[in-house]
Amino acid sequence: MPEGVSESTAGRWRRRLLDLLGRNLSVVVLVLLCLISSAATWREQNPITSRSGAAVARQVLVACQAPCSVLVVARDTEADRVFVQAIEEGLDAAGARIAGRVFGQPRDVRLELERIAGTGGSFDAIATHRIASEWGPVRTAGKPVFAPGSYYWPTFLTARNLLNVVNQNADIAIIALGMTLVILTAGIDLSVGSLLALAGVIAAVTAQEWFGGAAASPAGLLAAMLLGVAAAALGGLLSGTMVTAFRVPPFVATLGLMMLARGLALILAVGHQRRLVGGGAEGTPEAVRVDAAVFAWLGNGAVLGVPNPILLMLVLFVAAHLLMTRTMFGRYVYAVGGNVEAARLSGVPVTAVLLAVYCLCGAFAGLAGIVDASRFEGGRPNAGELYELQVIAAVVVGGASLAGGRGRIAGTLIGAMIIAVIQNGLNIAGVASYEQKVVFGALILAAVLLDRLQPKIASRRARMTRASTSTPVQ
Amino acid sequence: MLELRRISKSYPGVDALRAVSLAVGAGEVLGLVGENGAGKSTLIRIVSGAERPDGGRVGLEGEAVAFASPADARARGIAVIHQELSLVPQLSVRENLFLGAGWSRRGIVRRRWEEREARRLLGLLEMDIDPDTRCSELSLGARQAVEIAKALALEPRLLILDEPTAALSPREARALLREVRELARRGAAAIYISHRLEEIEAVADRVAVLRDGELVRSIDRRGPAGGDDGLAPLDRGELIEAMVGRSLSAEFPPRLPGAVGDARLEVRGLSAGRRVRDVSFDIRRGEILGLAGLVGAGRTDVARMIFGAAAPDRGEVRLDGTRLELRSPRQAIRNGICLLPEDRRGHGLVLSRSARANFALPNLDRFRRPGGVVDRRRERRAFGRWREQLDIRLARAGQRVATLSGGNQQKVVIAKWLERGARVVLCDEPTRGIDVGARYEIYEWIRRMASEGKAVLLISSELEEVLGMSDRVLVMHEGRIRGEIADPARADPAGVLRIAAGIGLPEEPSVA
Repeated sequence: MPEGVSESTAGRWRRRLLDLLGRNLSVVVLVLLCLISSAATWREQNPITSRSGAAVARQVLVACQAPCSVLVVARDTEADRVFVQAIEEGLDAAGARIAGRVFGQPRDVRLELERIAGTGGSFDAIATHRIASEWGPVRTAGKPVFAPGSYYWPTFLTARNLLNVVNQNADIAIIALGMTLVILTAGIDLSVGSLLALAGVIAAVTAQEWFGGAAASPAGLLAAMLLGVAAAALGGLLSGTMVTAFRVPPFVATLGLMMLARGLALILAVGHQRRLVGGGAEGTPEAVRVDAAVFAWLGNGAVLGVPNPILLMLVLFVAAHLLMTRTMFGRYVYAVGGNVEAARLSGVPVTAVLLAVYCLCGAFAGLAGIVDASRFEGGRPNAGELYELQVIAAVVVGGASLAGGRGRIAGTLIGAMIIAVIQNGLNIAGVASYEQKVVFGALILAAVLLDRLQPKIASRRARMTRASTSTPVQ
Repeated sequence: MLELRRISKSYPGVDALRAVSLAVGAGEVLGLVGENGAGKSTLIRIVSGAERPDGGRVGLEGEAVAFASPADARARGIAVIHQELSLVPQLSVRENLFLGAGWSRRGIVRRRWEEREARRLLGLLEMDIDPDTRCSELSLGARQAVEIAKALALEPRLLILDEPTAALSPREARALLREVRELARRGAAAIYISHRLEEIEAVADRVAVLRDGELVRSIDRRGPAGGDDGLAPLDRGELIEAMVGRSLSAEFPPRLPGAVGDARLEVRGLSAGRRVRDVSFDIRRGEILGLAGLVGAGRTDVARMIFGAAAPDRGEVRLDGTRLELRSPRQAIRNGICLLPEDRRGHGLVLSRSARANFALPNLDRFRRPGGVVDRRRERRAFGRWREQLDIRLARAGQRVATLSGGNQQKVVIAKWLERGARVVLCDEPTRGIDVGARYEIYEWIRRMASEGKAVLLISSELEEVLGMSDRVLVMHEGRIRGEIADPARADPAGVLRIAAGIGLPEEPSVA
């Protein structure tokens, strides 16, 4: 902007807004996708939670004088139990009596009604949720039925669904971190899916055979998991060595490792099965099960309602972000990716940087493998197939350049989320899996295309700015 | 032939061209000079169809034209030789020359004809290149020559040359200038852009000076006062003054006080294949040692070997009496050796990163906190200090270095080594492609580094520069040092050139 040129306030704001949009295109895409998913999943919501349970209890107490006696009806699910517990706590506190409770199906309600009638008892009201209130025996019981009101809200935008979306894609996002480093150096790593499987299988097999299986101590299980991660990191180091010492193109080096690691994972799993049945018999490439609760905690547990894989993902993202923006190593990675010769002539230890990058990528894949094994309570030799492509898609959609030197960790997080949201949106919208592939592929192309168009958008913006602020030629 | 009337073009924040009117006639060579950012490149982009003017009219042979694309301009006989090389390195010279459309016979390559034609074109430039050599195996200078031959193959009506000799040896450059004159004699028009005023003097019928997007002077050299070639001599001082808008008392800053001390860098018997043969010399503390020679004489290889970027077959280098290992640039930097590489954009800078990040790259260990964390405050402060001292002009602190002018880019490279505090500074073509004003500033910094007791090696293909700046000059020819000039200020440039070209050299190295 030449000095002394005044610009209208509206023009300035428009320019700022365009600027912001242009610079954070992937964020805009993510928000748009969330809006679309929300609109497509605008449904009637029947919450079955402790909050709605307490609300039902209040309804009952308002309508019927204490001491009143209530029949509680719900299905036999985890959420229903939480719901029922809240109702009963609410009623108990007000001195109401629970005439009976049903966890099950309409038939169970009829049986309970018969039991109450048989014992000569009676009750004043039925407390239940929207679904069970539609059941025949509940409607025909001849007593007032209380259920929480329903409301309209996007299913996509419920805490449960959002946590679910992120949780299911945490492994992809974790691997995408390592992949971002590799892609920043203008490389590629195709072996991550196989390393994920190898890490999971090694953790499971060693947990079973060296650390005592179901009786393994937490320390033993941790050691098994670390062994899995270390193996994957070692795999990364191997491809790094191929790339640096022998100048093998990353695509080829990691393609080799991809097959090698997958084969190893299968051999280990089959070998373990064979030993399990006492040798001689056919081994099958099934998951190596680990029946220790501690082993499953990482993948299935939660802290303060947030699933562990999400927490792990967030911690790793923050760490990777700091690594790339605040440390010498991060600077070196960007320099090597931007111009390897200039980096070398500036004293950057190029070989060491590349080795570390591939090793880290392997380690991240290994961590994701541990999460996967823990989630499925066993190491699956076929886990992570085609993950490499999803991960690369996430990194590229997140704005990194395959030519190296350009990309950010935050961008990758958003890229991974974009891919997760697309998948989830398609699932909720009930799109069949073959069609999903088509939509998914097209959306990835569109996202990358948008990124490519960014310079053009920027130049159009510049032209617009000039048009609105043109100065007379002196 | 070509007529520009009141051409204007502005980019956000700059008026690149303001109502510039220019004309080139058939058979005429127009020299176009100006500092970087004066608007020369923008003008060329408009004439060659890469960019459209905001205002004004482009006329070609009396007819108003608006080129849709560079291909459109090319079809009308306008050929541009860019500063950037546009050759495919994996293809041979011949394949590159005839890469564009229109050379084949119904899609079938005419190999015989191409071979003949390639030899003819390369012969025009006095280039001794086998047309079947892969371009990746050629030196930068030879590649530039191929680029020029490629443009000549089109037999253009208007040839635009943008700094065409930046990577050429003097001999190649002279041949090119001759060919440009020859094209003009046959009726073509040419626009010749160069920072090298002696080339402009050799080739241009008229000279136009651009400054800050305006045409500030136009000099027609034809007329009664003409010399042998019918052209009046050019007053270079006047030209420079017009370009920078201020008068430069001398082209080179004076030597700063500070005695030349003991030998700081001792090079003994450095050899690498046929490129460098048995090179030995000393550079003393506070001395600027010039290394003259033609492109490909091995000067860059010598610098790269001292810096550890290339491995010698034989020879040793001592720094302050200690023998160096010459294993990697990293080690050289630790020992206090630094290099301003010839290919600034390819080897000196990470173009996708900011000026500050480039500055910090070799200095990160100095801004380091425990755990390898970069202390960004210290980094910013150090960069701010050098930015101010070197007058590095940035629009924003985080501006990508790719968008800086050549002079500012070179200053970023200098800043990173100044922060490092080197003992030996190897400057390989430090002012290539840099405008006159920034050039002078870079000379001043080279002088200052020497006066601080550093040993400076100055490699330059510009004789005036190497003679004007150095305390002592060595001349290389085909990998060997063939002459030493003890008093460059009073040396005869023609004599130096003869040694560099290998004319009349005895078998043994001589001392001039």
